[in-house]
Amino acid sequence: MASLLAEAWAIAAKDLLLEFRSRTAFLSALVFTALVLAIFNFARDPTAVSAVDLAPGILWITFAFAGMLGLNRAFALERENHALDGLLLSPASRTALYVGKTVANLVFVGAVEAIALPLFALFFNVPLWPVLGPLVLVIALATLGFVAVGTLMSSMAVNTRFAELMLPVLLLPFLVTPIIGAVQTTARILAHRPFVELMPWLKLLAAYDITFVVLCTLIFEFTLEE
Amino acid sequence: MATASPSGAAAVLEVALLAKRFGHVRALRRVDFALGAGESLSVFGPNGAGKTTLLRILAGLLKPDGGTVRFGGELLVRGDAAHRRRVGLISHYSLLYDGLTAAENLVFYARLYSVAEPRAAAARALAGVGLEARASDQVGTFSRGMIQRLAIARALLHDPDVLLLDEPFSGLDQAAAATLRQLLGRLRAERRTMVLVTHNIDEGLELATHVAIQVAGRFVSLGPRDGDLAAYRIRYAEATAHDG
Repeated sequence: MASLLAEAWAIAAKDLLLEFRSRTAFLSALVFTALVLAIFNFARDPTAVSAVDLAPGILWITFAFAGMLGLNRAFALERENHALDGLLLSPASRTALYVGKTVANLVFVGAVEAIALPLFALFFNVPLWPVLGPLVLVIALATLGFVAVGTLMSSMAVNTRFAELMLPVLLLPFLVTPIIGAVQTTARILAHRPFVELMPWLKLLAAYDITFVVLCTLIFEFTLEE
Repeated sequence: MATASPSGAAAVLEVALLAKRFGHVRALRRVDFALGAGESLSVFGPNGAGKTTLLRILAGLLKPDGGTVRFGGELLVRGDAAHRRRVGLISHYSLLYDGLTAAENLVFYARLYSVAEPRAAAARALAGVGLEARASDQVGTFSRGMIQRLAIARALLHDPDVLLLDEPFSGLDQAAAATLRQLLGRLRAERRTMVLVTHNIDEGLELATHVAIQVAGRFVSLGPRDGDLAAYRIRYAEATAHDG
């Protein structure tokens, strides 16, 4: 177990260092996030639909597509100089590879969300401070499931001819459940509904996370078979 | 089952009846050989002969359709970490990250191989290929020759007893190729078992104790090296004359 964690950490640290040096995907995701929020803000008619009704959907669409930019990069950087062969040749377990990639993706998507959330509050005039606790809980739950499945799909898409196009095609059907759960929960949080109303959706997100984290960890090594 | 190499030494690497098919293409057909410690097999063949497929199976990256690979008598099972520790692969691809420095690349791989004291091991490996002065430079700034030397350092970090080399001279200028030949000669003197595949007969013969010519997935010739470059050029030309 200690060896698995050490190998996973080595892989996650390497991915994060590469991203920190180039910042390619991170800056792309941030620019994308700012653009989407700005466009939706100026495109909506505030007299027809209130910001609170529209905001949860826009927030999660923004998170999902911005996150995909990072997920695409997770295995794309292993194509450079056939580095994926180097990983597969090493005695490091495939589980460590999956865990390492997932951790790096969680940090990446989490960092994008941490910057996007204040932008969202600014554009949609949503007071975040009173609802920050439950909102962070929902974001954490939905992001874990999204990244767990996204990392697996990224490893499947990387060897296809149009990997960047394949990832959304493979991933989006699996995101229907967590996105609906996250939108519903976020809408109730922003409307200051009692916590008990959130529980069914939070349970759904937690069940999705447990199911897909376990499932993806188990089947990951088969996605790397030639 | 063979238990000794053709020279009589205890076999470090034994390959028996290896076969691989991609759709209707038979990439490997009943490939057999055995090598002892310090023996080096150079496999020559034209493009598409199945040389890289052979190396990828030996490295455990590809599953054969038939046949067996044994390291020190133990059957290669894909995914077995113990076997992966015994093998080093040097390819015409570096398997390195351009955005990391030379030292960072080696420390990363040392950690994956659970090498003791990764930083010290990386420093030793860099010194071994004469790149210690460039340890802190990103690989993206290296010349092709330097990258290949670093790739050798990466492949040797965990001290493997079997080295697999896939077109290692590809893209190197004469000076870099000479340096690489010198490095590989040193590795052979350390009694490592090596399998080198290349389409270029001029570059692989010097290191070989055994020579095979592979055409359309099959070894059409295999044996101890028993001729000079000119003789092997003729044999190679004859063997490949009817290849598509």
